Amino acid sequence: MSKTILEMKSISKTFPGVRALNNVSFRVEEGEIHCLVGENGAGKSTLMKVLSGVYPFGDYEGDILLQGEVQKFRHISDSEHAGIAIIYQELALFPELTVYENILMGQEITKGLAIDWNETIRKATEMLATVRLKVNPEMKIKDLGIGQQQLVEIAKALCKDVKLLILDEPTAALNEDDAENLLSLILELKKKGITSVLISHRLKEVIHIADTVTVLRDGQTICTLDSKSGDVSEANLIKNMVGREINNIYPPRSHAVEPVVVLEIKNWNGYDPKLGRTVLKEMNLKLHKGEIIGIAGLMGSGRTELAKSIFGNPDRYHLQGELLIKGKKVEFKSPRDAIAAKLAYASEDRKGNGLILIQDIKSNISLAKLERISSRGVTDQNLEVKFANEFKTSLNIKTPSVEQRVSNLSGGNQQKVSIAKWLFVEPEVLILDEPSRGIDVGAKFEIYTIMNRLVEQGMSIIMISSELPEVLGMSDRIYVVSAGRIAGELSRSEATQEKIMHMATQ
Amino acid sequence: MTVHDLQKALNQNIREYGMYIALAVIMLIFEITTGGLFLQPGNIANLMNQTGYIAVLAVGMTLVIVIRHIDLSVGFLAGFLGAIAAIGLTTLHLPVWLVIPAVLVIGVLAGLLTALPVAKLGIPSFVASLAGWLIYRGLLLRSTTSTGTLNIKDETFVALSNGKIPDFLPKDALLPGLHILTLTIGVAAILWFIWADIRARKIKKSYNFEVIPLDMQIIKLALISIAIGYVTWTLAANNGMGWTIVIMLAVVGVYDWITRQTVIGRHIYAIGGNPEAAELSGISVSKVTMLVFGSMGLLTAVSGILLASRLQSAGPSAGAMLELDAIAAAYIGGVSAAGGVGKVTGSVVGAIVYMSLRNGMNLMGVDESLQYIIRGGVLALAVIFDVATRRVKR
Repeated sequence: MSKTILEMKSISKTFPGVRALNNVSFRVEEGEIHCLVGENGAGKSTLMKVLSGVYPFGDYEGDILLQGEVQKFRHISDSEHAGIAIIYQELALFPELTVYENILMGQEITKGLAIDWNETIRKATEMLATVRLKVNPEMKIKDLGIGQQQLVEIAKALCKDVKLLILDEPTAALNEDDAENLLSLILELKKKGITSVLISHRLKEVIHIADTVTVLRDGQTICTLDSKSGDVSEANLIKNMVGREINNIYPPRSHAVEPVVVLEIKNWNGYDPKLGRTVLKEMNLKLHKGEIIGIAGLMGSGRTELAKSIFGNPDRYHLQGELLIKGKKVEFKSPRDAIAAKLAYASEDRKGNGLILIQDIKSNISLAKLERISSRGVTDQNLEVKFANEFKTSLNIKTPSVEQRVSNLSGGNQQKVSIAKWLFVEPEVLILDEPSRGIDVGAKFEIYTIMNRLVEQGMSIIMISSELPEVLGMSDRIYVVSAGRIAGELSRSEATQEKIMHMATQ
Repeated sequence: MTVHDLQKALNQNIREYGMYIALAVIMLIFEITTGGLFLQPGNIANLMNQTGYIAVLAVGMTLVIVIRHIDLSVGFLAGFLGAIAAIGLTTLHLPVWLVIPAVLVIGVLAGLLTALPVAKLGIPSFVASLAGWLIYRGLLLRSTTSTGTLNIKDETFVALSNGKIPDFLPKDALLPGLHILTLTIGVAAILWFIWADIRARKIKKSYNFEVIPLDMQIIKLALISIAIGYVTWTLAANNGMGWTIVIMLAVVGVYDWITRQTVIGRHIYAIGGNPEAAELSGISVSKVTMLVFGSMGLLTAVSGILLASRLQSAGPSAGAMLELDAIAAAYIGGVSAAGGVGKVTGSVVGAIVYMSLRNGMNLMGVDESLQYIIRGGVLALAVIFDVATRRVKR
């Protein structure tokens, strides 16, 4: 019988309006590799934030026991001190500093008041050997590849005498060789007695590496499977991950998709020069008039990159392939061109790049097409208020006035403003990126109803979503995106949650 | 109207009203401490002339700060452009109608030059304009070393800062000691304000929009009329309105209109509010950045001309620190360093507050060292007040 190193008992965590974790229990045995799986929003990251002290003691209910002792982490440094190291997807390294400076950051070796650089480099070299990374420790982090940077992070964690190593989707950004290398390192560390928790969407690697798998869904522990018992199979994991009931919150739609292709991409490739990697690979996709296509896929699969690459490419990817609007090949130099070609894109990040929070509702609505309320460059603000009031009524935006600041609205109403903004440009193709993220059920239903009304009027919609029930409930056709590729296409009738998840976790 | 209405209006616009109240309080204090010197017609006219070249810069700086940038080069650029005007007029004997447009064009080009690395390469504007600060300082020195301070004799040019607008009737023809054109302009302005307000109210009503209560509107118009009336009266009693005031009002009027009523104004504030969202909404951030810096260059040229005209010369240190005065005026006027917030009218009032402090303390004979400290304190208080009132709103 092995010893339990970590036990999280009946953890609950509530955000305003949302119960993110509901009585979750999570138990890790010493020396094992424990995988944590679940859809986006299942509560994995929240659970890890509770564990690491990002959400301090008192902010959640339940107990954390490390080697049998109750822990009260008030800050990340407390959990680090207790021997828990978390390596996040977005690496926390200093790109302009050297490898050895990064490895010993926060635990500097000193001689008197000064840092002992020779000893630092010796120690860093030793840690690099442990993670089998053959780079010069004097190199700067920014000159390393993502896979190498990840290894530096692990070296940094190992330096701290870590008891429990937690890796949050470590392979998501890696190519296959790097991913394989990382997994074999984790197996090797296991032989040295280090316990690891791995959060991953790639079920194949989970099956390959895990001793135990815990599945979370909608903030609850669904099951814990032992690999020795033979329960850890792809089918079984997917079944447990997606077994959510599809409630009837999807309003029916009675219209026929017209056999006219309004938008098509052919052999679409995109390279992101900032990240230095290919984000879109050989994608092919068609959208018909009056159709809603769902783009399913997990976070980081390339869904948003696809949308932005179509919508005028604001992130300046290097694109290859063809984009056809109503059969005509087009090349957009900026979102302005895309808007002129009657495309609209309501971004997933309403607060980040969707709305201007410090401005009022009417200004946000009219922003993308001020031509409609102006003549010769001079705006008519009464006309603007009139349009905004029309949207307030038709989309049921709950606000005392359209002169209300957007930051004062709830998430659902902000989303409606975002949709109003893009309907104001009178598009033929509307791209909705996570249209129902962070909004309550009632507002979701309203947004679905609006979508139905729009396609009945002849608009075409591309809906990007990580919520499978929503994809299944709203789409005429579904494209599943995984690792920058279209992993599959499903008609509404043949699609199931299991099929989609199977494709998305390739 | 109830007290409640008044309170509501005050709460909603506390930041804006706060500045006018502060200005009134500062003026009152100086009126008392200088034994009635401060508000004398002569001094008011003088204060307006002193404020002119800073207010014009502050207007341009407002837009620069709104789009989350800064322009440090404008002080010495104004000095250098003044020197170009002086050389054109004095050394080359060019006519004034050629020199002024030429200086304005050079100003725009200089602004665009500063913007180029900022808009196209993403160089921080602090650095790009600091380079400009050094370069224009050098150019100013070069253009004045051989000759020393260049004196400007051209009467039209000098009149821009020192002359008054002409009167259409001979002095004392109608009212003794009063400048009739100035009064006429004042009355016209009051009538225009009332007319525009009534018209806006009518249009709003035709859309069935909510309008503020009639008595509130009347009080607002009465206060504006009294303020305009008082200022024109004092100016009329002091041989009329100076050209500086006319230029300043024209600049403020045009920029206020651009920022509130035009598409380009909307684009500027959208970029300040959220540059990524603006770009995704089809706005070219780099083009608007070029435009805002170009306008800054234009207003720097106006400011440089006013400054050279006021001093009737261009010297090797003309315009030194002007950029910081303009930035201070904009911040006192309620521009937010976070971007997207700030009115050009606010910045002009900020400039008047700032220059009132200088003018009033000079009249009182306050030591210069103490003057700087007090001005610094007022700037700090204004910004603290700004942040505090913004927090309450949330």
